[in-house]
Amino acid sequence: MPDPLHLAVALERTGWHPASWRLPAARPSELLTARYWTDLVREAEAGTLDFVTIEDALGLQTDRPDGPDERTDHVRGRLDAVLIASRVAPLTSRIGLVPTATVTHTEPFHISKAIATLDYVSRGRAGWRVQVSGRAHEAGHFGRRTLPVLDPGSLNSSEAVSAIQDLFAEATDYVEVVRRLWDSWEDDAEIRDAATGRFIDRDKLHYISFDGKYFSVKGPSITPRPPQGQPLVTALAHAPIPYAFAAGSADLAYVTPGDADHARKIVAEIPIPHVFADLVVFLADTEQEARDAKDRLDTLDRTVYTSDAAIFTGTPAQLADLLLDWQAAGLTGFRLRPARLPDDLVAITRGLVPELRRRGAFRSSYEASTLRGLLGLSRPANRFLEGARVA
Amino acid sequence: MPKQIHLAAHFPGVNNTTVWSDPQAGSHIEFDSFVKLAQTAERAKFDFFFLAEGLRLREQGGQIYDLDVVGRPDTFTVLAALAAVTTHLGLAGTINSTFNEPYEVARQFASLDHLSDGRAAWNVVTSWDAFTGENFRRGGFLAEADRYTRATQFLATARELFDSWPADAVVADKDSGVFLRDGSVGGFRHTDQHFDIAGRFNVPRSPQGRPVILQAGDSDGGREFAAATADAIFSRHGTLVEGQKFYQDVKRRLPAYGRSRDSLKVLPAATFVLGDTPAEAQEKAAVVRRQQVSGATAIKLLEQLWNRDLSGYDPDGPLPSIDPDISDAHIARGRASVRMNRDPVAVAREWRSKAEAEKLSIRDLIIETTNRQTFIGTPATVAASINDLVQQDAADGFILVPHVTPGGLDEFADTVVPLLQERGVFRTEYSGPTLRDHLGLEFPA
Ligand SMILES: Cc1cc2nc3c(=O)[nH]c(=O)nc-3n(C[C@H](O)[C@H](O)[C@H](O)COP(=O)(O)O)c2cc1C
Repeated sequence: MPDPLHLAVALERTGWHPASWRLPAARPSELLTARYWTDLVREAEAGTLDFVTIEDALGLQTDRPDGPDERTDHVRGRLDAVLIASRVAPLTSRIGLVPTATVTHTEPFHISKAIATLDYVSRGRAGWRVQVSGRAHEAGHFGRRTLPVLDPGSLNSSEAVSAIQDLFAEATDYVEVVRRLWDSWEDDAEIRDAATGRFIDRDKLHYISFDGKYFSVKGPSITPRPPQGQPLVTALAHAPIPYAFAAGSADLAYVTPGDADHARKIVAEIPIPHVFADLVVFLADTEQEARDAKDRLDTLDRTVYTSDAAIFTGTPAQLADLLLDWQAAGLTGFRLRPARLPDDLVAITRGLVPELRRRGAFRSSYEASTLRGLLGLSRPANRFLEGARVA
Repeated sequence: MPKQIHLAAHFPGVNNTTVWSDPQAGSHIEFDSFVKLAQTAERAKFDFFFLAEGLRLREQGGQIYDLDVVGRPDTFTVLAALAAVTTHLGLAGTINSTFNEPYEVARQFASLDHLSDGRAAWNVVTSWDAFTGENFRRGGFLAEADRYTRATQFLATARELFDSWPADAVVADKDSGVFLRDGSVGGFRHTDQHFDIAGRFNVPRSPQGRPVILQAGDSDGGREFAAATADAIFSRHGTLVEGQKFYQDVKRRLPAYGRSRDSLKVLPAATFVLGDTPAEAQEKAAVVRRQQVSGATAIKLLEQLWNRDLSGYDPDGPLPSIDPDISDAHIARGRASVRMNRDPVAVAREWRSKAEAEKLSIRDLIIETTNRQTFIGTPATVAASINDLVQQDAADGFILVPHVTPGGLDEFADTVVPLLQERGVFRTEYSGPTLRDHLGLEFPA
């Protein structure tokens, strides 16, 4: 029997293929409704998946690396991912909710309480996909700094490397601040002591007094320690600088290997509890149908779809084979990016999941009520507690 | 037809109005408490649910203030979750214009408006102090005098973002492959003293066009800001004379902005205690006041006026004979109300002579002079008072602040609201799905 796999689904628009919105089952005119996201997350929950992620960015979608495009044939416009997750939370009960939130232009104080609050409204199912924005046009939406245009062709220039290092150094400080704020209230800080009239024991609240190159944050948080203590911190990483960031700051990394050997090498660079591989999936009853589905969309889009992650086309059983093969390389799970919604999501929950269960590789019901619990992570001790190691 | 009353439910705050020691008092952070109060408000056909916000835990004498409720959720996140468990109730969040950026706040409010099908409202507040700034990237960067300049420019910028997508921008026609009508939609450029930003906004136009705007500042600058930009004001002036004065003051400012009197609602904060008889209500009110002002709280509230450490004083004894310290450094930090006493020495003198004349201890005096309940009576007398204040233009309605979380609105919903409905001054059904419908506000073009 293999170790059980962990499975997440990355929700984005009508699916990851840019022409997916034109398919019969797609719901492109409902992307801004709560119903759309609720239906998808409930489907994922029916398949007992560990969690969903929800994509986001502080700018309009674009197909150009250097700024917004003027395309009218792709989905444009989106809702704030933290708020989508929160809107869905009361309508689901077990699945983890992991919205994307950008660290580059935002306040660690705000994000810390937002994810903590998501943890409250979901009763311990919150996570966060930390996103660094290196996009110059997103910086223009805030007007507080300028960034060089980082296009794939110039990523190795010294200007680009130093900008990227700086962005990830800032992200490292940011996650540190968020984590300290989550711990800035001890679990039993609220005492409601009628005799002394004190609502809290203020000795159990802590200034975090973070003083760094990019910002200083005093604390404590205005939001008490969330149910999970530390909601799950996750990050997508494609290269050595982000690998180091994920290794130092995240509980779970998403990586994009091309094959099992590649996966093994990456896993060795990120010694944290969970490393998931991202895969774009087109699923069908036969391999040929899956390939045809991708070809048809590529034709509609007049472009062959490529991705930072490997693209899988095939049957759920073939995908199960591949996942178990890659798992042996040290991955603990996968974040599947459905190329088409809801089709490939349904193929995951009703095709892949039963297939993995038959092989004893996936849960048949939820075994824990928190996201950390589903991932086998304990509730961490508070870093400010006496005796705890202070980071 | 009499004026129609507007009512909102304020989630009990982090101040001594909230009686956390009541046996009925529940959690201030668990989501169930928010659900409970919001669903009660919706059952009673209230206009909206209201959340206050403060971005630094309060301190007094250099220590975190521990006598009141401490801790709250993130405003946007909890309102988005409440949208899932309510269908009509407006969802109003207090969001500061100093320690935020327009692009982010505009997309959060536009998202909330989409996710609630048109029920979002933004209470724009301006606390600028360096104390709060210590939690944010820019620190205490803003001078007090600039707080409304920034707020005005922030709101103007946010409006440009809300308006950057026409309502019909998304076509999503699968056959023709046209998703957007116009490939440059969402474009904006804004430059002023506080913001220099340009690019593309990424949230299509929301059901209300823009969130409903509330304002809660009291200064002349705050009132002018409200007259220029707000749909409703959250005020402190809930009595007849004070209310009428405030009401006239803000409504007379409207014509200068080409606005009608009805386009800005005045909604004072109000507390209440109900009883079966007027005498019983008075007795209950007195008990609640003693719960709200313990001996320890009385000393702390006195310190806020005196601006001195008074921990050595007996709450059951006389007031201090020394005068308040009027230096700039204030003993209490993180409170919007602290600067309400513009002349502390004169107020202290008044309090002292009142205490002497009426033989009041420190605690008695604080109970008498601070935040007495707005409405005390039977459901019938309270309904009559609310209606009188509205018909006599002291208010357009009230933002009710229960003193017990989360059940403190139940009795009001069950007993006072039906009487207002019988009088034909409060809705029996929602007339439309959005908060603009409830408040009778126009949809922005
Ligand atoms: C009834 C009322 C409620 C308020 N609630 C808040 C609040 O929740 N959070 C906040 O930061 N400020 C709050 N304020 C403060 C004001 O919005 C405003 O920013 C501050 O008082 C400074 O402006 P001013 O000098 O015009 O009063 C409130 C003010 C009033 C009158």
